[in-house]
Amino acid sequence: MTPQLAIFFVLAALAVIGALNLILQKHPIHSALSLIVVMIALAGLYLLMGAEFVAAVQIIVYGGAIMVLFVFVIMLLNAGVEEKTNISKLAGIAGVPLAVALLGFIAAAIARSNDAAQAGVESGTLASTKEISTMLFKDFVYPFELTSFLILVAILGAIVLAQREN
Amino acid sequence: MSAFPNSADLLHVLPELIWCVFGALLMLLQPLTQSRRFLTIVAVMGAILGVCGNFYSVHNTGTAFSGLIAADRFSIFFSHLIGLIAIMVILGANSYLERERLADAEFYALVLFATAGMGVLASAQELLTAFIGLEMSSISSYILAGYRRDVLKSGESSMKYFLLGSFATAFFLYGIALVYGATGTTNLLRMDITAGAESTSILLKLGLALILIGLGFKVAAAPFQIWTPDVYEGAPTPVTALFSAGPKAATFALLLRIFADVHAATQFWFYAFWILAALTMFAGNLGALLQTNVKRMLAYSSIAHAGYILVAFAAVTKLSADTNIGAGPAYAAVAFYLLSYALVKVGAFTIVSQFGGAGEKHLSLDDYAGLGERQPFVAAALSLFLLSLLGLPITAGFFGKFYVFKAAVDAHLIWLAVLLAANSIIGAYYYIRLIVIMYMRDPIPEVAATTPIRFPVVVNVVLAIAVIGTLWLGILPNYALNYLLKPGLINDSQSQITQMK
Repeated sequence: MTPQLAIFFVLAALAVIGALNLILQKHPIHSALSLIVVMIALAGLYLLMGAEFVAAVQIIVYGGAIMVLFVFVIMLLNAGVEEKTNISKLAGIAGVPLAVALLGFIAAAIARSNDAAQAGVESGTLASTKEISTMLFKDFVYPFELTSFLILVAILGAIVLAQREN
Repeated sequence: MSAFPNSADLLHVLPELIWCVFGALLMLLQPLTQSRRFLTIVAVMGAILGVCGNFYSVHNTGTAFSGLIAADRFSIFFSHLIGLIAIMVILGANSYLERERLADAEFYALVLFATAGMGVLASAQELLTAFIGLEMSSISSYILAGYRRDVLKSGESSMKYFLLGSFATAFFLYGIALVYGATGTTNLLRMDITAGAESTSILLKLGLALILIGLGFKVAAAPFQIWTPDVYEGAPTPVTALFSAGPKAATFALLLRIFADVHAATQFWFYAFWILAALTMFAGNLGALLQTNVKRMLAYSSIAHAGYILVAFAAVTKLSADTNIGAGPAYAAVAFYLLSYALVKVGAFTIVSQFGGAGEKHLSLDDYAGLGERQPFVAAALSLFLLSLLGLPITAGFFGKFYVFKAAVDAHLIWLAVLLAANSIIGAYYYIRLIVIMYMRDPIPEVAATTPIRFPVVVNVVLAIAVIGTLWLGILPNYALNYLLKPGLINDSQSQITQMK
């Protein structure tokens, strides 16, 4: 077993355990915290595939920004331990077979995928930082710069809608 | 492909750059000055300079940023139109903001950012760029809709627009993703080539359908129009003027460009547009019949007008396959219609914003009773706008509707043409009703006490632009039409297309 494969199994196990814990926890905050584990484990997997940029974005955007949003909303709603209703029980009964079926489909698709696609993944040519930066700063530099104005508009809007009356 | 944007690239997008820079400049000037007049002058200067920024593109048509932006005559036309709308909205909003005690620097900045976004949208030749443009204009619009924070309806308007608009954006984005999946590119010109045999694939059709839903929402086409009356009613009236003209023009421009470039799309969209056009016309006109609030009535009327424009789109889908006539006249019909419509709508809403009085209290149709006697010039201008919306001769609206009708007949869409005519007759009822109320009824005492309302000079300038424009296009439409009908409106040099290949 190569060290890479060993790391892969560790990270994959971490992601799966985190995901299971996310579902099984009763308290929303605990679920949110286990989601962070999943995000970081996935980032590690991306890194393993040679997609450094995607890995970094995964941690910054999902592990950071989106998780803060999640936790913030949970705090705001003051959500306690979840209650089981009839519908949520039904979701459990219907959900497990559906999840297994989905897993089966994805596994079948991966098993049947051709070697070329797998080679692409292994050689680390997917979404390298260099390629992404060429796209962002050369081909798509105009929309990229416009995005900064878009964010400016959003900031301006937050101020306009939230400022105190003068 | 150049390493970095060269000066030609930047000059091609000069209008958008100027609008953005002036928007930012207004934010910086706001703490330094108390003078509303000064800020208004800066804002109007920005809008005007932006329009002037087209000078380079006018003389050097082509593409910029390796094909992301098209600087052809089509986008130049819309850049002028959108800039004109911005100028009129800023001038018309000046006294409104003072009356309602609203901050002006942020308002003008948002209008300019929205204008820049629309400019990008109208000239984008690539879907991600279009998406950023759409978002710039939409997010500014959501904020502007809620600008009267102490008024509940304004908040409702903003919230509804934001939530539904976000859904529409999601549809649009998902559509882009699927189209990218089907063709491997987001560049409209390359799509046809890369799609190849795949051009009829389900994935591409699904993607295009989602794009149509997203854009259909933005132009308030039925069945995606439910939000329109509430949003238009709650938003500050100068903002309503902007909504009804600007985003609609820019979004229709993008749709038209998708048609011109992606031929795989045209066949597939025919029935969709037929149904959309018919539904939208009826939804708008039948809804408007029941309204007693002027803003809501004009909101429904703008839905109806989106329907009339969609008739031309249905004609485009048919005509682009027809080599004898070609889709050129139908493209021109859409562009001309949007120009005539924008002038009239901004003019009408400007009158409504002035006449509404402090807190926008006088918005019901009955409040307009006796206006013809008390303020003859304002009543005459409003009547002209209403007649143009109705499509009577010597107004711009007549030629707008005439060319759309002609495009429909050329495309042998007789039933759609009949529906268009029938809807114009339904529309006559509520447009003429308001004119009758203005001239034939005695004013309500409560309103009579506040009228005549003195219109500030800048507002009169806006009305003069709208009136002169409406009459000019209604009597001498040729100047604008010749520009639009000259071959090569979109993608003027075929060499560009071959170059892309």
